[in-house]
Amino acid sequence: MPTVTYAGTAVTVNDEGFFIDPAQWREDMAPLIASQEGITELTERHWQVIKFMRHEYEAKGTGPTVRVLGKTSGVSVKELYQLFPHGPAKEAAKIAGIPKPRGCV
Amino acid sequence: MSKTIVVLGGGTGGTLIANRLRRMLGRSAVSIVVIDADDEHVYQPGLLFVPFGKAEPASLTRPRHRQFRSGITFRQAAVDRVDLDANEVQLAGGERVGYDVLVIATGARLVPEETEGLTGPGWMEKVFTFYTLAGAVALRRALAGFQGGRLAVAVMDMPVKCPVAPLEFCFLADAYFRERGIRDKVELTYVTPLDGAFTKPVCDRELSGLLKDKGVSLVTEFNTGEVAGADGKLVSFDGREVPFDLAVVVPLHGGQAYVERSPGLGDELGFVPADQRTLQSKARPNVFVIGDAADIPTSKAGSVAHFEGDVVARNIARYLAGEPLDADFDGHTNCFIESGSGKALLIDFNYGTEPLTGRFPGRIGLPLLRQSRLNHLGKLAFGWLYWHVLLPGREIPAVRSRMPAAGKHFPPSAPR
Repeated sequence: MPTVTYAGTAVTVNDEGFFIDPAQWREDMAPLIASQEGITELTERHWQVIKFMRHEYEAKGTGPTVRVLGKTSGVSVKELYQLFPHGPAKEAAKIAGIPKPRGCV
Repeated sequence: MSKTIVVLGGGTGGTLIANRLRRMLGRSAVSIVVIDADDEHVYQPGLLFVPFGKAEPASLTRPRHRQFRSGITFRQAAVDRVDLDANEVQLAGGERVGYDVLVIATGARLVPEETEGLTGPGWMEKVFTFYTLAGAVALRRALAGFQGGRLAVAVMDMPVKCPVAPLEFCFLADAYFRERGIRDKVELTYVTPLDGAFTKPVCDRELSGLLKDKGVSLVTEFNTGEVAGADGKLVSFDGREVPFDLAVVVPLHGGQAYVERSPGLGDELGFVPADQRTLQSKARPNVFVIGDAADIPTSKAGSVAHFEGDVVARNIARYLAGEPLDADFDGHTNCFIESGSGKALLIDFNYGTEPLTGRFPGRIGLPLLRQSRLNHLGKLAFGWLYWHVLLPGREIPAVRSRMPAAGKHFPPSAPR
């Protein structure tokens, strides 16, 4: 497993850059992960989604899908794509330091 | 004292669980009531063939009430809500039906209106779905009149019933246009929100290869934000476009509306969270879930409801007897995938094992993940098995509820 250093702390990630252990994540790491994704500034709206992702992961053991995010995070799917252009569920999960959402079968 | 089991939904899961329970539990000890809003049972695997003229709509439906063993009461009524605290189901007219055990078997509901533009201009004119009988029949007429152009087959978002069905539609469309001698005039495109043709790696390789062989373009990670029927294009949330002359879509799915009206029963999409091994709901210990209505990590497919039936029936009997539940459901799923020209593939998998190559149900059997005539015959035979073995709640010979490992080619590192 690759190791990356964010804000002076080494964390373990998978090949796609998702955290293996969400407990290694700290809020001050989020802007650094975001900038790697091409998001230069994390606004209040970004944070609303990031915190929601953390909360959902802690409650359910996996990150929500885009559709569930749109229904429950208070941010519409359209805006979610404006905030996280490469796919909100995956990109926000990466920035929130949780594993890649499992998706559906 | 006599107990009452109420089953909501008289489709695949509801019918087979009611019949299994009726066989298992004495009539003096337990009464069984099945409630459904209508009396028309549709053989859903047959819908795929209707647009191509290979199945007749009338042959796919039978009355629900005729599929139950004697000693089961069928009530045709819409459900308004479930009152978990009172152990009562409230019907649309206000009548309340009490239960000792409730089984949720009301499946998934199509919600095309949740996608912008989908039910607007062009709906049922050049934008269709074959996931309903009316849609499949309308699509048959549209296909018959289609002389060439761009045909897009698009899945709006997961979860959907039978995730392989839209792929099968592509394979069958390729064969259909070939037979009509106009394949070279038709541009076929498969549009999916997933990052490949299918979610599981080995199967994805095989199905992507098949799409390629049949000249079907693949557009991945496409989350449809709008279906512009009048302009003939699908628009993704991230601004990409897929133009079409004819679109075949699998609409968004949700649970039934009464689930959303029942506090504490369902999740954000109206599906009912349950333990993935026991099928006991997370809402209450006396509420069980079977089939597509459940929020568990399996495909939404009839085979899953069938394999769950064994565990759910046993667990309801155990619950009534005050015994601990069996955590026996392994996520077993089994699907025939029509690949056109009288051939089909078969996949067989569970929570821990992705679809692999080999044979099913053992070393001598149907070939897995490989096109064969035998699998196509298996798919056709399944129509008879559905009404005469699966719905009555009997076991299919040689096919067990747990996924068989014998006959499968496991990679060295895979779990068994």
